[in-house]
Amino acid sequence: MKPEWKDFVGGKWEYEVNVRDFIQKNYTPYDGDDSFLAGPTQNTTDLWNMVLDLQKQEREAGGVLDMDTKVISTITSHGPGYLDKSKETIVGFQTDKPFKRSMQPYGGIRMAEKACADNGYTLDPEISEFFSVHRKTHNAGCFDAYNPEMRACRSAHVITGLPDAYGRGRIIGDYRRIALYGIDRLIEDKQAQKESTGRVMTDDVIRLREEISEQIVALKLMKEMAASYGCDISKPASNVQEAIQATYFGYLSAVKEQNGAAMSLGRTSTFIDIYAERDLKNGTFTEEQIQEFIDHFIMKLRCVKFARTPEYNQLFAGDPVWVTESIGGVGVDGRPMVTKSSFRYLNTLNNLGAAPEPNLTVLWSTRLPEAFKKFCAKMSIKTSSIQYENDDLMRVTHGDDYGIACCVSSMVIGKQMQFFGARANLAKCLLYSMNGGIDEVTKKQVGPKYQPIAGDGPLNYDDVMSKFTDMMEWLADVYVNTLNVIHYMHDKYCYERAQMALHDRDVLRYFATGIAGLSVVADSLSAIKYATVTPIRDEDGIIVDFKTEGEFPKYGNDDDRVDTIARDLVSTFMKMLRRHHTYRDSFATMSVLTITSNVTYGKATGNTPDGRKKGQPFAPGANPMHGRDTHGAVASLSSVSKLPFQSAQDGISNTFTIIPGALGKEDQVFAGDIEVDLSK
Amino acid sequence: MSGRIHSLESFGTVDGPGTRFVVFVQGCPMRCAYCHNPDTWSMVGGKQMEASEIIEQYERNKAFYQNGGGLTVTGGEPLMQVDFLIELFTLAKERGIHTCIDSSGIAFKPDNQAFIEKLDKLMPLTDLVMLDIKHIDPEKHKELTSQPNDGILAFCSYLDKKGVDMWIRHVVVPGITDDDKYLFDLGYFIGQFSNLKALDVLPYHTMGEAKYEKLGMEYKLKGVPAMDKDKVLDKKKVILDGIKKRRSEMS
Repeated sequence: MKPEWKDFVGGKWEYEVNVRDFIQKNYTPYDGDDSFLAGPTQNTTDLWNMVLDLQKQEREAGGVLDMDTKVISTITSHGPGYLDKSKETIVGFQTDKPFKRSMQPYGGIRMAEKACADNGYTLDPEISEFFSVHRKTHNAGCFDAYNPEMRACRSAHVITGLPDAYGRGRIIGDYRRIALYGIDRLIEDKQAQKESTGRVMTDDVIRLREEISEQIVALKLMKEMAASYGCDISKPASNVQEAIQATYFGYLSAVKEQNGAAMSLGRTSTFIDIYAERDLKNGTFTEEQIQEFIDHFIMKLRCVKFARTPEYNQLFAGDPVWVTESIGGVGVDGRPMVTKSSFRYLNTLNNLGAAPEPNLTVLWSTRLPEAFKKFCAKMSIKTSSIQYENDDLMRVTHGDDYGIACCVSSMVIGKQMQFFGARANLAKCLLYSMNGGIDEVTKKQVGPKYQPIAGDGPLNYDDVMSKFTDMMEWLADVYVNTLNVIHYMHDKYCYERAQMALHDRDVLRYFATGIAGLSVVADSLSAIKYATVTPIRDEDGIIVDFKTEGEFPKYGNDDDRVDTIARDLVSTFMKMLRRHHTYRDSFATMSVLTITSNVTYGKATGNTPDGRKKGQPFAPGANPMHGRDTHGAVASLSSVSKLPFQSAQDGISNTFTIIPGALGKEDQVFAGDIEVDLSK
Repeated sequence: MSGRIHSLESFGTVDGPGTRFVVFVQGCPMRCAYCHNPDTWSMVGGKQMEASEIIEQYERNKAFYQNGGGLTVTGGEPLMQVDFLIELFTLAKERGIHTCIDSSGIAFKPDNQAFIEKLDKLMPLTDLVMLDIKHIDPEKHKELTSQPNDGILAFCSYLDKKGVDMWIRHVVVPGITDDDKYLFDLGYFIGQFSNLKALDVLPYHTMGEAKYEKLGMEYKLKGVPAMDKDKVLDKKKVILDGIKKRRSEMS
């Protein structure tokens, strides 16, 4: 065994790149409480104050403090950057100084130019020229291949938010591999992979060989970049500080080269904990030191920034990076995967204060240790900064080494990746089906000229459903094919070599589609079925509004009459999507998760039969429409829980807000033990 | 059989331990000045629901309640519909559901033999009674609620004898139920009962007022300010002191 692996339990992981095996053989479950946790060191507080000061300066500067307009960002494009070198235990910034945004033109040169211009900077004209004349970008590639129908759908927003002008993101490298194996071993592994490709040079083999070569270059550059910070990551990490640092360098390499819509971290806390436990046992580091390393790591993740445009920020409601870190969960052998470091990661919310990034996501199971559940609840009440996802649901499909990209997209770390595909607007599709493919806002013929609704009488449910089903078939077709173009071009012109270097040779690719407007459509169809909905036409005979009379069941009240409509919409559209060819034999999945862009989608959509007015936002994700769930939280959640995960494997989100007072009382006595108080 | 139901809440977090399915029954003889559910007073109205229907709704979402939560009946005054409660709780206990009654105790009449017989049947099916004592002093109680409190206080002894866990709730209203003497007396009184498991002291809030306006009813506490939440902790301490005094005398 290598000297860096001393005291570890050996196994398959020694002979093959297999982080999961290492974790399962070596992690120490922790079922105690939070009393062992350490507060921030003086250095941590000093550094964090510097970050807060930079954040303030950035706000005062109008949102961007500094931008690189000359140097194209690569893993090694910038020299080392620091807050205060003498105090940082974990180092590394995207550029040569904190809060300076890097320039990443491969996704699209116009986006890069605009991101500069909108923030008061000018992109170096030579760069503009180079990426307009000499080197094609992902964005240019997409528009070369789009057909007129795709362009029409895109501008009418019936498919929207497409990653054709910005990085698709949602790919999680297994950054832990660098810590466990060191870069040299990973390069050897990649070289062996390249040798193992087929001898007949088909398109697939050629592409794979080229990609592996790119990956090997990325690995070499990572080593070089680490060396510029005085760190050697060629060999395995020998303690927890090195393990965190190596993991972070991997992630840093990714965000130096990819301005993705979501750049998530993976599932690192229990992996890191194995090193922490060994160091604690051997007296290498104290609890305070280990917490400091983790605090500094998290601090770095909070400083990840991208150059983006105001339109982008509008679509995503802010400037999110989605540095999602998945914590906890239960192993397939039944042991909870909560370790002391699961607590330490969440403890950064105490030591550094609440923050939306990194997106700390607890993989929740009924079988998590009680003390951890209580700590999560306490931290949620205190900081509102923790996201929860259902491990009991996802473990069945993904096992125990998956992570979340963005907010809900699950994938097995290092073995699966996804092609992010934004959303199809089902509410608009419903309106197209009534108007024979004519857009209700622009009045343009966008969809096919199918038979529109005839006459002025009330809508007939079976008639609408039949027309809607046909229109959904059309939408699924044009949507999947648009995404095929996008991902072909992204691979070609904006390939994620750093992240993919930290994947197996043969990965499962998810073809992640999504829908927006689920509750609008479910309620609209329910209204048509159970109430009387009469269409109102404009001077051109286009249906632009509805008169809805009578009561109808609304999604969000645990009422099967409408909940089954929502359920069937999800499974029907998924089936339609799966009938199509998907790029690189990827496996089509779907999400119901528009957490922020529901506002933008709503803006582009006309009046709907459920009573929603033109321009009004959709409900986020799989949420019931605002104010229509009148039977309490459980009934509302129950409606959402009927949506089939198998047909929405890329995730179902429900945004749930509740005032703290309605969540119960903090009073200990009220928990049912008066003796507690009497002893005071 | 059916009960007269005002409404159902599927996500109750303040009406007993854990997350609970809460049944608000229709009808209450009390006219507490600060009641925030005056729409549940009337003995008519509401809707008739079968006990089995309620259990069915509970079962649909039992995943939410099974981890330390359960079923709570509040109101209105649950004990005005004791036959219905017996059936509801019988069905609940068959399914291992934790049962709780949130009551003012007003329906309890120690000399009403027929009622006591029914209650004797209900108690083995009841895991917890949350008893809201509005005021320990008989006169003040009548002023505040239009009803005497002797039966309510006797209900405590009855529950103790039956071995049913009891939580005492008390709302602190500025100038009306915040007098330290009475609070201490309340503590001293409830301190004698071994089934007392928790004390829930609630600050009076004015959020009920809007409901009165909407219902076209006069709000008797108009102008009384909401209770300062921090002060409530001191008031609670006074009640706890009373409990301690009684317990020390008993041991």
